[in-house]
Amino acid sequence: MFPPLQDLYRIAPELVLCGFGMLVMFLAPIVPKARHGALAFISLLGAALALGATRFMALNPGAAYSGLVRADAFSLFVHLIVIGVAFLAILGSVDYLKREDLDGGEFCALILFATAGMGVMAGAHELLTAFVGLEMSSIASYVLATYRRDEPRANEAAMKYFLLGSFATAFFLYGIALSFGATGSTHLDLMTPLANDSSHTLLKTGLGLIFIGLAFKVAAAPFQMWTPDVYEGAPAPVTAMLSTGPKAAAFALALRILASIDAAAPVWFWALWVAAALSMFAGNLSAVVQTSLKRMLAYSSIAHAGYILVALAAAAASDRMELGIAAALFYLVSYALVKLGAFLIVAHLGGAGERHVDIEDFAGLGRRQPAMAACLSIFLLSLLGLPVTAGFLGKFYIFNAALQSNQPSLLWLAILLGLNSVIGAYYYLRVIVAMYMREPEREIAAEPAPWTLSIVLWIAAAGTIYAGLLPARIIGYATKAAMNIR
Amino acid sequence: MTPQIAMFLVLAAVAVAGAVSLILQRHPIHSALSLITVMVALAGLYLLQGAEFVAAVQIIVYGGAIMVLFVFVIMLLNAGEEERTNMSRMARYVGVPLGVVFMIEIAYWIGSATLHLNAPASGVVSTRDLSNLLFREYVFPFELTSFLILIALLGALVLARREESE
Repeated sequence: MFPPLQDLYRIAPELVLCGFGMLVMFLAPIVPKARHGALAFISLLGAALALGATRFMALNPGAAYSGLVRADAFSLFVHLIVIGVAFLAILGSVDYLKREDLDGGEFCALILFATAGMGVMAGAHELLTAFVGLEMSSIASYVLATYRRDEPRANEAAMKYFLLGSFATAFFLYGIALSFGATGSTHLDLMTPLANDSSHTLLKTGLGLIFIGLAFKVAAAPFQMWTPDVYEGAPAPVTAMLSTGPKAAAFALALRILASIDAAAPVWFWALWVAAALSMFAGNLSAVVQTSLKRMLAYSSIAHAGYILVALAAAAASDRMELGIAAALFYLVSYALVKLGAFLIVAHLGGAGERHVDIEDFAGLGRRQPAMAACLSIFLLSLLGLPVTAGFLGKFYIFNAALQSNQPSLLWLAILLGLNSVIGAYYYLRVIVAMYMREPEREIAAEPAPWTLSIVLWIAAAGTIYAGLLPARIIGYATKAAMNIR
Repeated sequence: MTPQIAMFLVLAAVAVAGAVSLILQRHPIHSALSLITVMVALAGLYLLQGAEFVAAVQIIVYGGAIMVLFVFVIMLLNAGEEERTNMSRMARYVGVPLGVVFMIEIAYWIGSATLHLNAPASGVVSTRDLSNLLFREYVFPFELTSFLILIALLGALVLARREESE
């Protein structure tokens, strides 16, 4: 039985990504290593075509493969984020791979495969399918994290990531098993507990375990221990991807579960609340004392996971769930642009072997490389949440969602969010002050950005300003996606 | 106590004992042998549920193929007895108690949930039903799994080649 053509249209981006992933993988041993740059451009073509293939999804909305995946506005929105991230991450790492003398073929193929997995997570409407997608993205991430050959820290980080990640996956899987036992189905829209009380308890336990698995993947406290080591040890372009794409996909899956299983919102609400509060404080307070910019950005990504969890908590508590979901989606877009750009700048300015990633090394950058310093400032200001940048509106929508729910507990969470933004301001501004107002302590040669990286930085910076000034279109799509989630 | 429950208790006890021994053994080969016990006991549990096909696959794939791979790897690496490190203070005073609390909690919830759960008598699942499910309804995740394995292969290749170049 061949699947109907419409089903193939609905998974078109995954087909393109997997196809190009295989193509690059087969070409890698044939093409001489000096020409591996060409493989990166083939992968870029693949990512671009996958972006185009989302059009097929948009034109054929509906469920595919007996309801296992859906092509709807929500899936489409997240697809655009993760494929966009993959495109920019590959483009931004072309130069890095050459400098660090790494094999480009497998690198790009792994990114494409991982992105296909994230796409599956975004569209999945059934837990086993979502699980396979999650594993595709996770396993590729473990390998990418250890891609730098002779860096002991990278190996240690990847080992930690692999062990803890597998552990989290086991929690997720056990949660699926228990939920299946309680409801007799793994289809999200069929997962209502059987009539008696016992299956309610079982479903609650299962959903709790699923939450633990997903909280690990988005690096939310108290499951964040791996984050700083892995983000610091992995090659910076990989960190750029890890901190954006898989996170967006895991949040998408969490939102989908939250919106589709009726029992999820009450079970998850306090878990989301506590995880959000802990993540914001754990991330921000640790980031304050960091001397390495790369590690500081890693801690800040824990804090930002906390901000997005506030939006999820708002969605869980409110009658108007779409406000929280739309806020989370908008924040994911703004966050992805900024984090990607910041980590790629670190990758470039770190120099061979990523030796210069301390904040001290960025002193005087404003005079040395004004354009680069300006881009980094825009990204940091957006992370801080200054008006005119996307980060400000992202926080605004989250505040709005939290306050509209009329829940005192969410009001408190919004207050904590405001408090944390102030803590965040300290360490983001410290970097900007170092760049513009301090003299470098030692001579560091200016490293002009190659054109590939420049394109990525321009796109990220322009996107950040665009979303900050004219958010109507993006928040409109996000709201449409949020209405469409069930 | 029906014979089924007695069988279940025995097999479950064997599986848990095997799993504990797997962790506590110091020599990798002993751990691998403990794993076989777990796998066979699990196959017995599946059989008890009327899932003959899954039980057979469990023995052939896990008890057979994967175990042979394990033993080969241990042999090729010539892995000796592992050295035991002391637990860090954090792990001993925070990790272990929390782990125990978590285990008791999960056991309590599952126990209280399943005590009165009247599971619908599952019809005996034939190989035919299973393949219908796998190749019709669940064909999408089934095919995705092959990509998952491809990723794992590619990853292993990337990691293995690195050793060579050093």
